[in-house]
Amino acid sequence: MSDGTTTPAVRETGDEPQRAVAIPGTTAAPTLFANPGLPEHVHRMADTDVRAAKRAERQVATLFVISMIGTLVFLVSYFAVDARTSVYLPGIGKTELQHALLGAGLGAGLFFIGIGAVHWAKTLMPDVEVIEERHDLRSSDEDRAGALAILREGNEGSGLARRPLIKLTMGGALGLFGLPFVLALRDLGPLPGDSKSHTVWKANTRLVTDVESAPILASDVTIGSVYHVMPEGIDELDHRLEERAKAAVLLIRLNPDDIVSAKERSWGYQGIVAYSKICTHVGCPVGLYEQTTHHLLCPCHQSTFDVTQDCKVIFGPAARNLPQLMITVDTDGYLIAKSDFSESVGPSFPERGSR
Amino acid sequence: MSQTSTPPPSATTRAAGSAATYVDDRVGVAKGVRYGLNKVFPDHWSFMLGEIAMYSLVILLLTGTFLTFWYVPSAGSVVYDGSYVPLKGIRMSEAYKSTIDISFDIRGGLLIRQIHHWSALLFVASIAVHMFRVFFTGAFRKPREANWVIGIVLSLLALIEGFAGYSLPDDLLSGTGLSFARGMILSIPIVGSYASSFIFNGEFPGEALIPRLYTVHVLLIPALLVGLFAVHIMLVALQKHTQFPGPGRTEHNVVGYKVMPTYAAKAGGFFFIVFGLTTLLAAFATINPIWAYGPYDPSPVTAGSQPDWYMGWLEGAIRLLPGFLEFELLGWTFSMNIALGGLILPGIITGLAVAYPFLEAWVTGDKREHHLLDRPRNAPTRTALGVMAITFYLLLLAGGGNDIIATRFNLSINDITTFLRVMVIVVPPLTFILAKRVCLGLQRRDREMVLHGRESGRIVRLPHGEFIEVHEPLSEHDRWLLVQHDVHRPLPLPVGADEHGVRAPRAGLARTRAKLSSFWFEDRIEPVTPAELVAAHSHGEHDTVEGAAGERKAISAH
Repeated sequence: MSDGTTTPAVRETGDEPQRAVAIPGTTAAPTLFANPGLPEHVHRMADTDVRAAKRAERQVATLFVISMIGTLVFLVSYFAVDARTSVYLPGIGKTELQHALLGAGLGAGLFFIGIGAVHWAKTLMPDVEVIEERHDLRSSDEDRAGALAILREGNEGSGLARRPLIKLTMGGALGLFGLPFVLALRDLGPLPGDSKSHTVWKANTRLVTDVESAPILASDVTIGSVYHVMPEGIDELDHRLEERAKAAVLLIRLNPDDIVSAKERSWGYQGIVAYSKICTHVGCPVGLYEQTTHHLLCPCHQSTFDVTQDCKVIFGPAARNLPQLMITVDTDGYLIAKSDFSESVGPSFPERGSR
Repeated sequence: MSQTSTPPPSATTRAAGSAATYVDDRVGVAKGVRYGLNKVFPDHWSFMLGEIAMYSLVILLLTGTFLTFWYVPSAGSVVYDGSYVPLKGIRMSEAYKSTIDISFDIRGGLLIRQIHHWSALLFVASIAVHMFRVFFTGAFRKPREANWVIGIVLSLLALIEGFAGYSLPDDLLSGTGLSFARGMILSIPIVGSYASSFIFNGEFPGEALIPRLYTVHVLLIPALLVGLFAVHIMLVALQKHTQFPGPGRTEHNVVGYKVMPTYAAKAGGFFFIVFGLTTLLAAFATINPIWAYGPYDPSPVTAGSQPDWYMGWLEGAIRLLPGFLEFELLGWTFSMNIALGGLILPGIITGLAVAYPFLEAWVTGDKREHHLLDRPRNAPTRTALGVMAITFYLLLLAGGGNDIIATRFNLSINDITTFLRVMVIVVPPLTFILAKRVCLGLQRRDREMVLHGRESGRIVRLPHGEFIEVHEPLSEHDRWLLVQHDVHRPLPLPVGADEHGVRAPRAGLARTRAKLSSFWFEDRIEPVTPAELVAAHSHGEHDTVEGAAGERKAISAH
């Protein structure tokens, strides 16, 4: 025991003033129980038995040796194991051998250092609980008064209270100096403009299949089939991904008799209808089409749209119909757009209604 | 501890001693070292939860630094020609390509990447559970309110950092997450389009976000995290750790192990255990296989898209909120179906969490310092509020996985969503009532145990033929835990007006306080007092006759 802040564990009785203890010699019960103090320390095997201590020492050393072996496994497999070899591990599946060995080696190397240290602490290091007194967190009244006095002195010395002109101008200067830093953020990006309301679709743009970029003959589209469609030439544009994010379209052929909405029928071509693939909720691609019910489902948040009724929302968190693309065929019989979408595609934004 | 004999110092000790002298001569750290190493830390398994978060942070910094050596934060387009055959010839961003390279062409790269991802998940999880521990044990009470608030800021930073991190590989899943984030930004009333345009430098996805997010992920938020964490842990050292109640433990002491050597060995060893287990997890459990998702392209999507777990509750809120919450007003579109879940809800939850310590202090009128933790059962209303919050959170999380639930259990996605919409409102209050009753029940059992002792399993036949089971009285050490706590009582309703009919200033506020206070403390079970124990033993408790005599002696012996 080297200093006064900690005291060895002793049985102490309740030290809290509000906990009254029974008055000796009277039979009246106290109002509250008294803290009985720390229970007696129970020695461990290794504290009393030299052989047990020796055994614990050997156990700790073994754990550290296992750690060394783990690290060696890492070193060896880094150089000696081919990175392309795969193995099948039961319960885990096919995995790269080198990755598994590096991980197992490093993992064991680290884990057994930890286990060794904890075992060492638990068996051989002092396990006598000691008591450290808490001291009041608050400073003494003297310190508080002293600190206040210094602050007051500083305030008076600066004369801030007596010179309102300085106070006001300094406040103004400090208030303004942050503005340039806020303003400099302005050029993070352009003003939104109306870019969200336009896509690359325009009159006579051919509909092409996504990925293969093949134009689509209306006669090839069978009832019930679905095409992921992009405007022709989109992959050659500078802002390819930005345009793809707006222009993606789903093309579906329905039996014209199944279409409930007259507008939908007239905007399509012989039961072939094209809808924006970008969900009107938060903008995921609406990827799942259910042929029997004619429902489109967004896989992100499960908004469900009915393709026979202008793709109106029949379930889920989306608020608006998927916008329809007006289509027809050109002289060769290929599907083309008649114009851009008539409303903004994708998620809602504050100015949406006024566009 | 007093040494019986001091062996002559070894060469190592002498060398360490002279090095220490060299340092102390120049910077005078011995005083601080002595203070620091003499500190006592109480021991409890739940105190390791915060440690896991701390160690995960260290692991994240180590592995993250590693990843920066190869990762290229650029959305610039390249055609892949690396060693992973299925992606050959595919157009992708440099960010995605470099992440693929780390996974396949850097030895141990995949391991480091997976350690980084797993420990990020563990980091947020351990912070969450650590927060529950602090909440349920009342560790946030005076003087630790500020540290609770810092902890909440840390947990929010951890969420943002995690989200920024898994958006960086620019694979299909992370891009889907970003498009979701963009939808949320657009839903900010009035300025949404501007915010989105500034953040993405124009249209989504753009090429600006990846490098910007990278700076945020590797510099800005880590700096804030490490800085605030340093304050967090310094406050713990300054205010000393809380401890669970027990014999010998009081509000004025800390009972535990000194830093040197026991605590240091245990805590240091625990770091290696956490690191080792995370590494083993990374070795054998694939996380975020970006090569299977492909590069980001806004038009395809995978079914069953799921964010990392800690974003699941927001995802759930977004999925459950119905579309009719979107409306137009004065030409502006307000997408409350998104903003309510994505922006307002997390704001409210954070606000409530920040306010709780101050609210509880106000309701109890308790201005004392608290260094002894509450057993959760002894603060039934607080515990029940916490359980209610967790239930709400879990229901939202389930909402976030409604598609997974539907496909796994062959249920209708619509039914699950409708069901959860109702449950999110109905179930949390029910769990509040249930948790409170359970707490009160446990407290009653504690009282029972103190008054009548524990069942000994010994059946005795009394002279008149009755069989009884003998109850053994608790030892004073065992009893202490069950009787040591204080109980708050509801504050009295204030007098509305004095005898002249003048209303007391701020009477309404005082009335609110009294009402809240009775909500908190109306139902309560008080701990057994010595008088009750004596009474229990002397009145008709024939089954504890044997113990009672000794017990009475024990009490009056004090």
